[in-house]
Amino acid sequence: MAEIVSLAEAIAAAIGDGDTVAMEGFTHLIPHAAGHEVIRQRRRDLTLVRMTPDVIYDQLIGAGCARKLVFSWAGNPGVGSLHRFRDAVQNSWPVPLALEEHSHAGMANRYAAGAAGLPFAILRGYRGTSLATQTSGVADITCPFTGETLTAVAALRPDVAVIHAQRADVRGNVQYWGITGVQKEVVLAAARSVVTVEEVVDELEPRPGAIVLPSWVIGWVAHVPDGAHPSYAQDYSVRDNDFYVKWDAISRDRQRFTAWLDVHVYGTAP
Amino acid sequence: MNASGPCYYTADEMMTVVAARALHDGMTCFVGIGLPSEAANLARATHAPGLVLIYESGTIGAKPGTLPLSIGDGILAETADSVVSVPEIFNYWLQPGRIDVGFLGAAQIDRFGNINTTMIGDDYAAPMVRLPGAGGAPEIAAACREVIVVLRQSLRTFVERVDFVTSVGFGDGPGSRERLGLTGAGPRRVITDLGVLTTDTVTCELVLSGVYPGGSVPELKESTGWPLRVADDLAEIPRPTSEELTALRELRASAPEPQGAA
Repeated sequence: MAEIVSLAEAIAAAIGDGDTVAMEGFTHLIPHAAGHEVIRQRRRDLTLVRMTPDVIYDQLIGAGCARKLVFSWAGNPGVGSLHRFRDAVQNSWPVPLALEEHSHAGMANRYAAGAAGLPFAILRGYRGTSLATQTSGVADITCPFTGETLTAVAALRPDVAVIHAQRADVRGNVQYWGITGVQKEVVLAAARSVVTVEEVVDELEPRPGAIVLPSWVIGWVAHVPDGAHPSYAQDYSVRDNDFYVKWDAISRDRQRFTAWLDVHVYGTAP
Repeated sequence: MNASGPCYYTADEMMTVVAARALHDGMTCFVGIGLPSEAANLARATHAPGLVLIYESGTIGAKPGTLPLSIGDGILAETADSVVSVPEIFNYWLQPGRIDVGFLGAAQIDRFGNINTTMIGDDYAAPMVRLPGAGGAPEIAAACREVIVVLRQSLRTFVERVDFVTSVGFGDGPGSRERLGLTGAGPRRVITDLGVLTTDTVTCELVLSGVYPGGSVPELKESTGWPLRVADDLAEIPRPTSEELTALRELRASAPEPQGAA
């Protein structure tokens, strides 16, 4: 059963140095507040996994928390590059960053295989691309029924999944809706999980299209209103597109980034 | 260039308008971020109100009234016919080849329509410029019935061979797609700020098939990193109508700056 705790307690309990951590949320419901808490607790040598490591992982990478990134698209959506990510890859600042790079379809299937308890997933993908030669965990596989050559991708089984959701009830059942991304898959694929929520209610009302993750597949739930900002939680907040645009200038320069981190992350309590 | 009046338009506006015209009412379109999203939404706002927009965030039939900054803005989910998970959008909707057009951007494209959005340089481990990477593009390029690519044209972007094949166009040339088992027809058209290139059905190389008013074939050749062939039936593509320009500018005014900079 999930324990309802503070964000600081959840991160301290769930994530240790050197862990493989997947913070998911596809544009929507990105667990930014949890990312900031990982920075504040100064976790190091993490393998960070995420389909779209946008601003949340730019911050973790720039803060020196990561030694490896497993991903499929590392940009600031609609704005441009991730400058902290680029500085780490091109100049090893603040520490070198190893890359394991896939396509979205590959990553989504890798999580699904992890959730299903399978060692790999099968898809039509990667064939003829340079990704197939640069990335481990991608291999040709022959269909036993038709003889067709398909692509196998290795399952992802993170130590820890971190997601943000709209609601939990007092027993730790979690409910979320809107763009639901790969959150169900990442929670079920991971050994441990942390969920931050906008609201804790006595009882979850059923809602069309909403996904409910029962308390017994979740480790820790923390009540963190607006915990996705600058991402959003549908029906609670809107995406702060201006922040994504501003991040370009903040992150371009090491000093300015470091100063931002001091004020907005280290200088704040969870 | 003065882009404010109805008589003037920029090369970027021309590109977006021509890209929008390539999409027809009732088509299903898997939309990439940036320039493709702008063009697809322009098509919906003008001649193709029934265009079905599908974003990799799992939003099927999105009908945004304003231009989204990302592929996962709330307006896409709120206006969609259906919202599905990310594994589902790729596995059930894209992979079987049920989507008409994949609409993609690129950092580099080569003679055979192969796309690079990963890195510039000759060493993957030590790139000169690190780019965002693949996203949904490799499977969009593989599985959609047809692919349209939208990007600005220069010697930097139009190269003989891409530094990294993120998404396969026609690989090494004729027969590559069949050999690799890629089910869709591949990139048939590339729309740029200078003109339109179409894939030769025999050689699989991109040839110049359309120029814009005031554009010149020599300029296009100078902006292409391989000896660009010109189609026998080279067309002059009509300038944007005032209706198209007004709709495009209204869309842009609705978006947070700077749309499409990626």
